[in-house]
Amino acid sequence: MSFIDWLDERFPATKVWKEHFSEYYAPKNFNFWYFFGSLALVVLILQIVTGILLAMNYKPDAELAFASVEYIMRDVWGGWFVRYMHSTGASMFFVVIYLHMFRGLLYGSYRNPRELIWIFGMVLYLAMMATAFFGYLLPWGQMSFWGAQVIVNLFETLPFIGGALSEWIRGDYVISDITLNRFYAFHYLIPFILVGLVFLHIVSLHKVGSNNPDGIEIKKGPKGNKWSKDAPADSIPFHPYYTVKDLMGLVVFLIVFFTIVFFMPEMGGYFLEQPNFEPANPLKTPDHIAPVWYFTPYYAILRAVPSFAGTQVWGVLAMGASIAMFFILPWLDRSPVKSVRYKGPIFKFCLTIFAISFVVLGYLGTQPPTPGLTLLAQVFTIIYFAFFLLMPIYSKMDKTKPVPERLTK
Amino acid sequence: MRLKFVAVLLVLLPAIGLAASVPKMKMDHVEIALNNKTSLQNGAKLFVNYCLSCHSAQYMRYNRMAVDLGIPEDVVKKNMIFTDTKIGDLMETTMNVKDATTWFGVAPPDLSLIGRLRDPEWLYNYLRSFYLDESSPSGWNNVVFENVAMPHALYELQGQRRAVFKTVTDADGQTVERLDHFELIKPGKMTLEEYDDAMKDLTNFLVYLGEPAKMVRTKYGIWVIVFLLVFGALAFALKKEYWRDVH
Repeated sequence: MSFIDWLDERFPATKVWKEHFSEYYAPKNFNFWYFFGSLALVVLILQIVTGILLAMNYKPDAELAFASVEYIMRDVWGGWFVRYMHSTGASMFFVVIYLHMFRGLLYGSYRNPRELIWIFGMVLYLAMMATAFFGYLLPWGQMSFWGAQVIVNLFETLPFIGGALSEWIRGDYVISDITLNRFYAFHYLIPFILVGLVFLHIVSLHKVGSNNPDGIEIKKGPKGNKWSKDAPADSIPFHPYYTVKDLMGLVVFLIVFFTIVFFMPEMGGYFLEQPNFEPANPLKTPDHIAPVWYFTPYYAILRAVPSFAGTQVWGVLAMGASIAMFFILPWLDRSPVKSVRYKGPIFKFCLTIFAISFVVLGYLGTQPPTPGLTLLAQVFTIIYFAFFLLMPIYSKMDKTKPVPERLTK
Repeated sequence: MRLKFVAVLLVLLPAIGLAASVPKMKMDHVEIALNNKTSLQNGAKLFVNYCLSCHSAQYMRYNRMAVDLGIPEDVVKKNMIFTDTKIGDLMETTMNVKDATTWFGVAPPDLSLIGRLRDPEWLYNYLRSFYLDESSPSGWNNVVFENVAMPHALYELQGQRRAVFKTVTDADGQTVERLDHFELIKPGKMTLEEYDDAMKDLTNFLVYLGEPAKMVRTKYGIWVIVFLLVFGALAFALKKEYWRDVH
């Protein structure tokens, strides 16, 4: 009796391997956009591993935090390498996830029967944003401190409970050592919740099967292929075909990743912001406070909404709503087809200007506000919301193309 | 049509963002060369002699600098450490923060990361732009960093200069004050060219000091990328071989 047999009698090792790898049948026409799911998993693991290594030398103490980061950068063997992988990994995680989400928008991966996969994905995205937010305080630089101050102050705008709530989050009247300690605890905890959510995301994906660039349900099509007589005809086993293909994608990603790590770790001030090389100083507000680039689209929306009725809460609500839109997306799209390939010109146009508005808002969020830029942000905020809120109308009246029976190339 | 409009907006965006504060003088370019050990060593010499008495570099160790810049440890001990500080210690200043605050109104900032907080070009021009100003508490002012608390620590090298300003009309039609030229009142130990070269070395050193890993990371980086290119070629061949069954 082999070891595997011994194991299989006690644990479904072979069964899991078959169900999720060697006999998980995926559509055979995955393209470029399908690399980002597996890449996200790789980056998550990389963040956890490098994060644990950093935690071994980091000190979550307002007096010591900044110095401990410099200690990692200078005195810990290979410390700079681990830290740059972690800081680059944080930004690249969002790059990968934004592209992964855009894939969902392109091919209708959020539609029936994959609504729950999309919802799990959105919860993952929220958890990821929380992790990034908590983590950004840890280097205890000027931008860490003031960024956290601004974000936590957003809660202050909520009526009645605002003041108490933001105080409760901080554990103090300002961002302080107490805040740093709890943010560190959450920054270490949430990634493991992320792992659990990834498990749910993948289990629900494998229950219904992967979508594809044609948005066709291959399970409803003819059966039987060279690997199995029951599998959909247009499918191939995930392993080895997509494992080797994803390996190729991974190498390309790593070339980009390590080019940043070794040659431009600050990424022009977008991955590591220049003011963060100065220790946090509660008495000195920087001229311009901007969150890291992956939050700036929402930050721009926040600033674009004017205050009225004596409160600024509307911007905060708009920012919350801009993220909430993604959650209800599966029920907004009324198009008879899933993939952009067979959708009509209206959807293509809307998706294009939505993508542009997301990028433009992201840029505007990094800039100091001027009347002109605020107006621009308002225009693009309207476009952003219109994409979602008008979708039930335009997706229905759009002229779609006939969807083929079988997968195309 | 609307797409075109959006495209035009996108192209114009960076121009809108550029309306940041303009310095009063033309900033001279400085070339950073971390592979130039002589320049870094000279910069280190200037740093310990002129900067370290008031500023600290509290995240940097003497022996790390010795190894990176190729300065023998005994030379560092003899010529660069002026107290009973040990070679493995951090480069701290002997000046008391409380005294410093009384003297300058503000404690001189730690300089470990100044090379990352400020652009090299800013540092290079700042170090060369001190001028005599009776209205300032220290008697000195700076064109790049107006009303800076720091006096000209390097005046014995550069000499004493006065700044002559002129008013000009800028692109927006506003009248603004700009530097016309510096007037040398009392020459220093160096000619102005020698001083500029020295400041180039000091800036170079400050950039090194900000991130010592910069000396090696690009060197390792090339090998990592070369490895990934080779591995990528193999991965591509592997994929192609497997996918023969699919196509």
